[in-house]
Amino acid sequence: MDTKTIYARLNKVFRDVFDDEDITVGPKTTANDIEDWDSLEHITLMSAVQREFRVKFTMGEISSMKNVGEMADIIAKRAK
Amino acid sequence: MKELEYPFDSEYIIKKRKSLRRTLLSDGSSRLKKKIAVFGGSTTNDIVVYLDLFLLNHGIEAEFYQSEYGQYWQDAMFPSEELINFAPDIVYIHTTGRNILNSPSSSDTREQVKELLNSEYSKFEQMWDKIRETYHCPIIQNNFEMPFYRLMGNRDCSDYRGRSNFLTRLNSMFYEYSEKHEGFYINDINFISASYGIKQWSDPSYWNMYKYAMCIEAIPEFSFNLSNIIKSVFGKNKKALALDLDNTLWGGVVGDDGVDGIQIGQETGVAQSYYEFQSYVKSLKSIGVILTVCSKNDHENAIAGLNHPEGALKPEDFIIIKANWENKDRNIIETASELNIMTDAIVFADDNPAEREIVRAQVNGVSVPVMDGVENYIVNIDRNGYFEVTNFSADDIKRNEMYKANAQRAAQQASFADYGEYLRSLEMTAVIDDFIPVYLQRITQLTNKSNQFNVTTKRYTPTEMEAVYQSDEYIRLYGKLIDKFGDNGVVSVVIGHKNVEILDIDLWIMSCRVLKRDMELAMLDKVVERCKACGIGKIRGYYYPTAKNKMVRELYGTFGFEKISEDEKGNTVWELDISGYEPKNHVIDVRENSEEK
Repeated sequence: MDTKTIYARLNKVFRDVFDDEDITVGPKTTANDIEDWDSLEHITLMSAVQREFRVKFTMGEISSMKNVGEMADIIAKRAK
Repeated sequence: MKELEYPFDSEYIIKKRKSLRRTLLSDGSSRLKKKIAVFGGSTTNDIVVYLDLFLLNHGIEAEFYQSEYGQYWQDAMFPSEELINFAPDIVYIHTTGRNILNSPSSSDTREQVKELLNSEYSKFEQMWDKIRETYHCPIIQNNFEMPFYRLMGNRDCSDYRGRSNFLTRLNSMFYEYSEKHEGFYINDINFISASYGIKQWSDPSYWNMYKYAMCIEAIPEFSFNLSNIIKSVFGKNKKALALDLDNTLWGGVVGDDGVDGIQIGQETGVAQSYYEFQSYVKSLKSIGVILTVCSKNDHENAIAGLNHPEGALKPEDFIIIKANWENKDRNIIETASELNIMTDAIVFADDNPAEREIVRAQVNGVSVPVMDGVENYIVNIDRNGYFEVTNFSADDIKRNEMYKANAQRAAQQASFADYGEYLRSLEMTAVIDDFIPVYLQRITQLTNKSNQFNVTTKRYTPTEMEAVYQSDEYIRLYGKLIDKFGDNGVVSVVIGHKNVEILDIDLWIMSCRVLKRDMELAMLDKVVERCKACGIGKIRGYYYPTAKNKMVRELYGTFGFEKISEDEKGNTVWELDISGYEPKNHVIDVRENSEEK
């Protein structure tokens, strides 16, 4: 899956989860950039991203992701 | 909302929860407002998020209090001022196997395990008693799911030292408490977790990372199951199941294939599946669900199909059989009006998606489960919790007989020229008197179920009703109506509180199945009689309009009360001076409960 597709689909998930059509995510996006992205919403986000790409992140991956770019890298490696 | 009915797509709900909530809140419907305190033994945030969604869909707008993480016991035992002021309508205790820290060890004796069990249990019992005494409200308590690993393998369930065995015994102790205490309900997470799959459910990463006792994807199903208990407690259950016939209750089309050609019975797998579904439907009757038929068929063919010798259901199991060529939405609306229930109390089951769509679109509030494949029929109806049983009174069991007798009365009414003559022919007797303990449950249930003949729509929890019953500040009356076709059970309740020489009526309700029988007049006569006996000279009635209670807007007016005020919302206050009151009921023979039996 190419990077462009991954970001397009990630963007859709972020907009759904945070119910905000103005969100656009890039590799450097972090929780600080999105107002509602707190630790509770993070759980929902992880679930929705895993569902979108039909992947399951390991505990190690979830706890070490620093930004959306790292999330996209893992997806690129694992998603079929 | 279709998205929130079983079988739903949990992952879709998770992703779209915010916009689903927005849509629900802007649909313009009026909802019951309730306050729910959630005492958690693990993170409860998402449990509340989805519970809120499902409750909104059930017509309940809830305000929530959540205890700090893991503080369920402390919050229950030492309530903060915030919690006391919150005054919950219901307390939900979200504990799971993760909260049972003491497990038997393999060196323990039988007695030591017993002690351990008692010490875990008494912690809970103490907490429940404290909550009951502090808030006088219903309690919902999780049972325990089975552990996701078994130290002793299969023996873990049967050996007294096994954790599975320990949790099963603890569950049984919870059930005993539940049997002995009204207003205490078990949320069966043991079933839901097993149904979901305990391996996925208990994925330890959710506990270790977020302190959720189950995986996120399981929470919508979990919260849906919980919401069904709550909506049932607050009187939002469905009452009737309207069933299609061809390819719903049997395989094939009776009009084309003939009675001998339809699939029902023990011959084939398909026939057996339809038989199993018929048996399930028949057993719904025993928990008080009213059954009706709504089918496009010639009437004779429908009856012939229902008389199939291999079928479990028979024509007499149905209160109303609408087998004709009218549109189904019209038949459903007529069914509701003949049963004197609202259309939102009906579940319509039909294998044909087009019929389902029409009924869903045209009939206000009706529930229409997906019926795709006879093998899914039972689960799709069952898991929606339409008929979730929280209180189980003798009246529930008899309800079908009562509605059947009603249908007979309607048939007889047609043969009388004069309505008074008809009423006298019913040979009605009523028992009207102060509450007695055996009826408290039914009385409470009526206060939560009655929407139409209900002037104030005041709801009572079992504990609140107990308090009314214990106090001498009230004049309380229940009314039971019997006629030559049968016993209607307790059908009317009036509660008034004494305000020096005035009686303020807090509640006046009547079941719609006894409308136009002059029962309300018999109740009024008794209210007046009881007022006079304790020196009260004036009765004051209140009417608060809702979407459903228009039929009693002028109730007090027809009783001869004088309207003394009306505000811009249509709330009215009425008064009656009872000094010259003459009894109004002349058709019902009224007794008091000492004469009952």
